[in-house]
Amino acid sequence: MTIASANQTVLRRLTGAEPILIDCGPARTVMGLTGRTVLHAGPPLGWEKACETMKAAILCAIRYEGWAADDAEALDLLVKGAVEIAPCHAAGAAGPMTGMVTPSMPVFLVEERQSGGRAFATVNEGLGKVLRFGANDPSVIERLRWIEGEAGPLLGAAIRASGGIDLRALMAQALRMGDDMHQRNIAASSLLARLLMPHLSRAGKDQDALVRVAEFMAGNDQFFLNVAMAAGKASTDPCLDVAGSTVVATMARNGTDFGIRVAGLGDRWFTAPVNTPQGLYFPGFGPEDANPDIGDSAIIETIGLGGFAMAASPAVAAFVGAGGFRQAVAVTEEMAEICVGEHPRFRIPALDDRGTPVGIDVRKVVETGITPLINTGMAGRRPGTGQIGAGVVRAPLACFEQALEALAAAR
Amino acid sequence: MIGDLFARELRVINCGLEGFAQKLTLLGVTVIHVEWSPPAGGDPRKAALLAALEDEEA
Amino acid sequence: MTRAGLVRKSAYQDSVALLALARDLRTTAGVREVAALMGTPANHDLLRQSGLLTAEAESAGPNDLVIVVDADSESHARAALARADELLEARQRQRRSTGRVLPRTMESAFRQLPGANLALISVPGAWAAAEARKALRLGLHVMLFSDNVSVEDEVALKRVARDRGLLLMGPDCGTAYLGGTPLGFANVVPRGRVGLVAASGTGLQQVACLLAAGGEGISQAVGVGGRDMSRAVGGAMTLDALDALGTDAATELVVVIGKPPAPEIERQVEDKLRGLGKPAVVALLGGKAGGAPGASKVRRVATLEDAAAAALSALRRETWTARPFSGDGAAIHRRIAEARAALTSGQRAVHGLYAGGTLAYEATLLLESLLGPVTGNLRPHVDGIHRVIDFGADEFTLGHAHPMIDPASRIEGVAALAKDPRVAVLLLDIVLGHGAAPDPAGDLAPALRAAREVARQEGRTLHVVACVIGTADDPQGLAAQVAQLEDAGAWVLPSNAQAARAAAGIAGANL
Repeated sequence: MTIASANQTVLRRLTGAEPILIDCGPARTVMGLTGRTVLHAGPPLGWEKACETMKAAILCAIRYEGWAADDAEALDLLVKGAVEIAPCHAAGAAGPMTGMVTPSMPVFLVEERQSGGRAFATVNEGLGKVLRFGANDPSVIERLRWIEGEAGPLLGAAIRASGGIDLRALMAQALRMGDDMHQRNIAASSLLARLLMPHLSRAGKDQDALVRVAEFMAGNDQFFLNVAMAAGKASTDPCLDVAGSTVVATMARNGTDFGIRVAGLGDRWFTAPVNTPQGLYFPGFGPEDANPDIGDSAIIETIGLGGFAMAASPAVAAFVGAGGFRQAVAVTEEMAEICVGEHPRFRIPALDDRGTPVGIDVRKVVETGITPLINTGMAGRRPGTGQIGAGVVRAPLACFEQALEALAAAR
Repeated sequence: MIGDLFARELRVINCGLEGFAQKLTLLGVTVIHVEWSPPAGGDPRKAALLAALEDEEA
Repeated sequence: MTRAGLVRKSAYQDSVALLALARDLRTTAGVREVAALMGTPANHDLLRQSGLLTAEAESAGPNDLVIVVDADSESHARAALARADELLEARQRQRRSTGRVLPRTMESAFRQLPGANLALISVPGAWAAAEARKALRLGLHVMLFSDNVSVEDEVALKRVARDRGLLLMGPDCGTAYLGGTPLGFANVVPRGRVGLVAASGTGLQQVACLLAAGGEGISQAVGVGGRDMSRAVGGAMTLDALDALGTDAATELVVVIGKPPAPEIERQVEDKLRGLGKPAVVALLGGKAGGAPGASKVRRVATLEDAAAAALSALRRETWTARPFSGDGAAIHRRIAEARAALTSGQRAVHGLYAGGTLAYEATLLLESLLGPVTGNLRPHVDGIHRVIDFGADEFTLGHAHPMIDPASRIEGVAALAKDPRVAVLLLDIVLGHGAAPDPAGDLAPALRAAREVARQEGRTLHVVACVIGTADDPQGLAAQVAQLEDAGAWVLPSNAQAARAAAGIAGANL
């Protein structure tokens, strides 16, 4: 197969993917995540190389599972190898920021109709002191236990009762409403809530529990982010066996390294040190407070949303400091330079319904020097600070240069 | 076919000196200018890899 | 004196933009010298040789812009660099302000311009072949303006072009006319019945202008590059272009311009021409004239002017024989004799300072046949009092604009030979048209006047003989350019060949 036809195959698979949200349940059962494993965002990571925020999150996750009573014990387990850490991606999941997934956590299950492939993501905790930002105190664990005990099961029941939610249609609609699905998910979260509302209200008899879950969803503008990420992974993983393709199937960061995987090269990571996002900072914060780039959420750019759809989301453009609408259009055009095609479903109303650029071509990235631009929240460097702002960050060119070498060698 | 080039309206992709594109525009010719820079930042080794991975004709 | 520099990473600018930038900065107060270049290995050498390599510039790559200034003081240098920044920012702002984002690659341009059919490529030689290959793969015809493309690349590219039925003009193709549209450096010439295939740009321009002067015009003009008719390339594009002109309804007569190729190539071209069913004229500079009209429809001529004249005659169905001068022969010979009489005994040499490479070559051939050995950069190993310099050759254009755009190098050349007591005639070409300088005669006139004055003060008459390659419709206006040269004391003849003959005559040749 020629490179061109391999890339067209990947483009068709990626854009033709039908990710359906079909359930929510404990990772232990839904993912088969047994044993003492803590999954993290990004490419494979050694504990010593992890940033402080990531370390704090991992220790907290271990305590949440009850494998250790305090951080010292948790650290001991890690050092002894009694607890393992592994990338979410290796287990079929995608996690935002630190991306913690452990066996007891409820995870959304997304099934891709065309390939039958599955992907998973946790329930987004909300803002403030949360595990994904490396917060490590009792309130974090309390909330996680509530999600485990109450929110997860109710959401699962509601989703099952709905018969499955067509996520591609939902995201296409949210895009038309000004979401980019990375920085801005308010429309998507609202659409999801609306779809689940009837089923949720019939899901349980405990009125107070329903109220808590409803308020939890209603109060979290980024609720849909994790679902979008699972949809993204479900759409891209089936592309990883298309020999000869130079299209990027995965982009992910662990706070230390940025990793990409390429459709034609299977489960091989190409990594390089992450950049640090820059943008607009919440009051009291500045560039020196920003954590290096972290999270599996770059999967959203990989499917032609997020930074690649910035022209559909002018509110994001302003908020992430990218300037006005014209600047947002320029970013979209710039990303089109490095993509194989346009998305047939994700369309930008303000650009005469042009499809978002999709299918990042490793060759084009190296040729032009244009690296993928990612809309991202900015985490605080000090664990538990939470989100300090929102901005943009570029994938490091070195990842694509390494992938280019491998692609050339593989021919 | 070369005959097509003689008979049809020229639609030009200008890759290089921008002056050529400006001149053609003044003459009323449809032209798009490429904001070109050396592939792979001018690195000859990477340019060679890119050449090896180019799309062949269908 | 202070030197200062700046490097802008990933800020590629094309060569013309950089020369314009350098020229602007040179006019800044207190600035002695400016270099504005991309950080390629060749440019690093250039900077080193001219003593302008700074520490920052050392680390610059081919995609990084390097600006170095030599100025009277540090504040002057800094002011110049600040101005450079301003100019670059303004350029960027102007780009962004159109709202239109330009494509960064050939492929994305192709996506943005459906129905594109020609790629005009003028990137630096090191990357030109790759861009041409991309264009051909996209199914585009190519005009490859870039030079410094290897013959191996040319052979491979033209093979691909042939396989796909595409035209690849060049490398080093500076002039073409397709469907009436002038491309590159081209004169404003009416649409007409003559189809041209040329191995050279200024050769094509000379013939085109003389056709226009004779009331004819061009149907198509294809530049095939100087090596197309070599054994290695095999005349690939020449033959394909001739085929296409053969079936082009607008073309009634074909002209081929070049240098004598390998015998088997010449035979193939002649066979092709004979099979076209249209009258043809072949001008192979340095070759033999011949071809009896009537016996074969292919007429061979020895000069560019004769190519145009033979073509005009054939179209008018008149017989034609070559003549040394087109005007009043007696008057011209008188003028030559008078000029010769005004020389001092030491003045014997003709010095040609040329902007057009083929024009320089044609002049060299004529001077050789009429006067004897001619030296210069086209004949580097020859010793002789006569000299022809092609200022468009690589050794003069590295770091400087082509003489058709920027007169500086020739102005220097004129000043230098003003003091040379052996020089009888300064011979030069002025090339008009799209892409050429806005007022080439005006640029050179002061230097010509000054040179003649220097000679006069030393008791000599320095004769200036020139030709102007242009048409009345050219932006510069042929008549106005001729008038300025004559005003500055030059004798302007209607063609390069006639100018070379007149110059030879003044220097003592038996015409």
